[in-house]
Amino acid sequence: MTNLAADAQGATGLAGSAWLLLALPTLGAIVLLVGGRRTNKWGHILGSATVLGTFVYGLALFFSTTGLDAYKRTQELHLFAWIPVNALKVDFGLRLDPLSLTFVLLITGVGALIHIYSVGYMSHDRDRRRFFAYLNLFVAAMLLLVLGNGFVTLYFGWEGVGLASYLLIGWYQDRPSAATAAKKAFLMNRVGDLGLAVAIFLMFANLGTTQYSEVFAKIGTLPSGTILAITLLLLLGACGKSGQFPLQSWLPDAMEGPTPVSALIHAATMVTAGVYLIARSNPIYDLTGDGRLIVTIIGTVTLLIGCIVGCAYDDIKKVLAYSTVSQIGYMILAVGLGPFGYALGIMHLLTHGFFKAGLFLGAGSVMHGMNDEVDMRKFGGLWRLMPITFVTFGLGYLALIGFPGLSGYFSKDAIIEAAFGQEGWRGWAFGGAALLGAGLTAFYMTRLVLMTFFGEKRWKDLKSADGKDFHPHESPKSMTIPMIILAIGSVGAGAFLSVGNRLVDWLEPSLGGLKESEHFVIPKGTVTILTIVLMLLGVGAAWLFVGRKPVPVTRPARVSFPVRAARADLYGNALNEALFARPGTWLTRALVFVDNKGVDGVVNGLAAMLGGTSGRLRRAQTGFVRSYALSMLGGSILVVAALLAVRFS
Amino acid sequence: MNHVLPVTTSGGGGMSALLIVLLVLPLVGAGAVALLRANDRTAKLTALAFSLVELVLAIAVWVGYEPGGTRLQMTSSVEWIASFGVHVSFGIDGIALVMIAVIALLVPVIIGAGWVEKLPAGRTSGGFLSLILLQEAITIGVFSATDVFLFYVLFEIMLIPMYFLIGGYGGARRQYAAVKFFLYSFLGGLIMLASAIGAYAYSADHLGGSGTFDWATLVTVLKTAPTSTQVWLFLGFFLAFAIKAPLVPLHTWLPDAAAEAPIGVAVLLVGVLDKVGTFGFLRYCLPMFPAASKQLAPLVLVLAVAGVIYGSLLATGQRDMKRLIAYVSIAHFGFIALGIFAFSSQSEVGAVSYMLNHSLATGMLILVLGMIIARGGSTLISDYGGMAKVTPLLGGMLLIAGLSTLSLPGTNSFVSEFLVLIGSYPREPVYTVIATVGMVLAALYVLWLYQRIMQGPVRGTALVGLAGGPGTAVAPEIGAKSAIGDLSKREIAVLAPLVALILVLGVYPKPVLDVITPSVGATMTEVGFADPVAAQGGN
Repeated sequence: MTNLAADAQGATGLAGSAWLLLALPTLGAIVLLVGGRRTNKWGHILGSATVLGTFVYGLALFFSTTGLDAYKRTQELHLFAWIPVNALKVDFGLRLDPLSLTFVLLITGVGALIHIYSVGYMSHDRDRRRFFAYLNLFVAAMLLLVLGNGFVTLYFGWEGVGLASYLLIGWYQDRPSAATAAKKAFLMNRVGDLGLAVAIFLMFANLGTTQYSEVFAKIGTLPSGTILAITLLLLLGACGKSGQFPLQSWLPDAMEGPTPVSALIHAATMVTAGVYLIARSNPIYDLTGDGRLIVTIIGTVTLLIGCIVGCAYDDIKKVLAYSTVSQIGYMILAVGLGPFGYALGIMHLLTHGFFKAGLFLGAGSVMHGMNDEVDMRKFGGLWRLMPITFVTFGLGYLALIGFPGLSGYFSKDAIIEAAFGQEGWRGWAFGGAALLGAGLTAFYMTRLVLMTFFGEKRWKDLKSADGKDFHPHESPKSMTIPMIILAIGSVGAGAFLSVGNRLVDWLEPSLGGLKESEHFVIPKGTVTILTIVLMLLGVGAAWLFVGRKPVPVTRPARVSFPVRAARADLYGNALNEALFARPGTWLTRALVFVDNKGVDGVVNGLAAMLGGTSGRLRRAQTGFVRSYALSMLGGSILVVAALLAVRFS
Repeated sequence: MNHVLPVTTSGGGGMSALLIVLLVLPLVGAGAVALLRANDRTAKLTALAFSLVELVLAIAVWVGYEPGGTRLQMTSSVEWIASFGVHVSFGIDGIALVMIAVIALLVPVIIGAGWVEKLPAGRTSGGFLSLILLQEAITIGVFSATDVFLFYVLFEIMLIPMYFLIGGYGGARRQYAAVKFFLYSFLGGLIMLASAIGAYAYSADHLGGSGTFDWATLVTVLKTAPTSTQVWLFLGFFLAFAIKAPLVPLHTWLPDAAAEAPIGVAVLLVGVLDKVGTFGFLRYCLPMFPAASKQLAPLVLVLAVAGVIYGSLLATGQRDMKRLIAYVSIAHFGFIALGIFAFSSQSEVGAVSYMLNHSLATGMLILVLGMIIARGGSTLISDYGGMAKVTPLLGGMLLIAGLSTLSLPGTNSFVSEFLVLIGSYPREPVYTVIATVGMVLAALYVLWLYQRIMQGPVRGTALVGLAGGPGTAVAPEIGAKSAIGDLSKREIAVLAPLVALILVLGVYPKPVLDVITPSVGATMTEVGFADPVAAQGGN
């Protein structure tokens, strides 16, 4: 049995009722949306309960699976035929295997915590009930994404989470910036979805199926060019969903959404779907070294972009957003290493899920106490006033920069090491970039922590946007308890998952065994030391820049070119604007003009000419029978001529 | 000649009779409602009752239809003009069944939606609803005719109620739009008549003297006709259908007609009548002229894909809601034509289900926009803003209709768009990939429309009476207490069945696909194409 991913058992026992995983949050969303204002009183409780229930059920499923032999851990549950037309048989079914169950626990676990956090965070919003409906909708779609047993069910969940993301980014919909950010996110995701869709078309055209088990079993029979095309198209989908270069610019804008949304969707779960897609498609990526190389390059480029831009922002959520872009870059880099990295990518995804969600919730707690202010230049000295937030945020921070013993240390360093394990220039390029990224990460995160929690209390002399004084205070328990739980995960998850290769062995039936490189361009021990040294350098540099001297409340305008470029997102948006938005607008305007004056005008004009009425278009607009007859004739002549030209050529 | 000819039926006399009742009932309704012109409310109730009974009958026909049965079912035939072999004969396949079900569903919905609509001065609800029911009867006739001459006659008569509905009850430029609509369609029909007579003449040559207009016979006779003959005859039918469905560049009548038509009429026009064009491709162009269809397919595909991109871009650039919908439909008809002329069972089943799903999605979109227009009194998008804050339910409905229009998985339209694209890809990868770009553009025009009307600060004529007039910014607090109400119970009742169908058919489309698939399979056999991706057994 070489390819366990292509081989699935029928689901039995507890797994036979796994549809409950989808049904519970879906039901929650339906009740809250249809019930409307009548459910205002208990909507948030129902919303949290469904996700918590799903988590408990997921745990039970997980423990019933851990006891099974490796080859029995992949189970499929057929629910119904979704889109069956002759040879095309799109099944609506679930694949329960170590990979999907891992995601189920992450999504519902972190999801439940963030639901609970939102009870407090959204308590002043009159539409809190609808917020919970959207969150439940998200959880349902995300579970379908990871549990579906084929590429089309994945696509269903994939666009479903896109919808939830759209709704939640645009939550404050009377803010034009929020509405625009939501639309932008959906559109850029659709560009990625185009890749995913065409990849699915290619699979059907060449293999006659879109179900995982059949695709993975037959994929080896295809020519290498087709396989490469499929992997690149899947990568395009991953880039859209996971905010990877060149489709990264929607993710920072997505911070327009409420902070719990940023934590759950735009940090811990949805944006990592691209990593899931590539890891899930490992039997395809295993067959093409070129495809994997491009994945690795995209991951590397993105992780650097994220780090560099992250250094320049003063908006606490945007720094965290670019940090997410960058950390997902690490994950994409890892899964691009193929058998040397699939499991490492998933491991970093899990630890990142803990500490990044925790960091966002911490940022939300700071904003909650600071009248929704996000500009770090207006913070300062908050650690005494928000002790729980400070400690939990601090632990997340240490985990992210890879402080020895904490989560990020295990998961990120493993990726950096594996990158150095590549042969020749690849080892140097990918390893070097990953190492540099570690230093930059330490820099921007230290800068964030120093500006927010230490130094002078710059907010004392300032007023918030709505003209009130700042009275920073600690958040209520419903918010701090989830933060504490996530902080515990930030500290311990890395060690827990990596001791005794727990996670790697558990995932083996889905991802294959993790291979260890035999020739590192730098010895492994040296990599570990270098990583720690660079991290310390980053921390030290940040202290030199913002810790040692007071932080100006207004942003310095006169800055060097690199800083200006970083502040402008390395011109990613400008490029989109110049390449697509502006030409598109002009093309549309031109076409509207042509269609009103042109196509209609040409036929009307032709009519006027043929009818000998001296070509007065004004008359053609007034409804003369003759002119319409001739205008239609004009159009018809065009079509017939074209048809005949094809026929006789 | 014998004028009292026996009616020949098949597939069980009872079911054939049911189809006849389905055809006649709206006619009776139209007459009854026309007599009740004096009393507005009675006329509305009568029309609604007739349309609801018609819906029940259509459901009965659906249940009685056997997907695996003969090519045409519930057939009946009576001789009409003996010397030309013309019969009045009816019968349906799965494709016609789906379209009949759509119109039977939409008519009561639009009667409910227009319940309180103000008609132009001097017009009565009785007249209006009588024309609607007449339109329903003729359209069902067009879908169920199995005699080519009868089809032609009904195809042309179908224009008459629509001409009066647009020209009599429409907007400011209704005369212009109605005449343009009528002439485009009527002349297209005349070209089709020439081709139909050509087909008759050819059959007369080959059947030894007496020709026929019987569709099934013509299919078998014309199959062997030389390609050049087929091409000329194909063109006549194709042009008529390409105007109806509108394919670019024959589309310019639709934006005017849709913009000027009253909301309910626009639903019928875009939702059902235009589908006669794509239905015609499938029922007439493909089986009767297989060689020509194959030969000319590349050009139709160019027109189809051009329509997808062109329609989408123009929809993005529109300032008027109703014109926007017309261009969205032009883009969607491009998808349907792509599916039909890509000749695979997936693409064609996709195309037929697209005809159904486009009716539901676009029908709902038009109705919701109609409700917005009824509140704001303007069809210009720029006269609105931030409405979701004032009318959240209406906002939600616009979003659902919009998401179905952009083919989000989980909605009905995804199933059909996915089938069209995945089915077209194996034979026509280049066209398919270009059409797939339409998916991105759809997100743009739908979400931008939603943003401009529903999101941002509350503003515009939506709140006229509270503020200074069109375009004036209004504070949200005032908006919350706006005179503009959210959806009424009647409006919810009108939209609820559409929402339910959109979601249910998105998750469980199998019942519809099962009805369509055998008929599409028969069409594929008639054209002589096998699937590019054959069913594979095992590994």
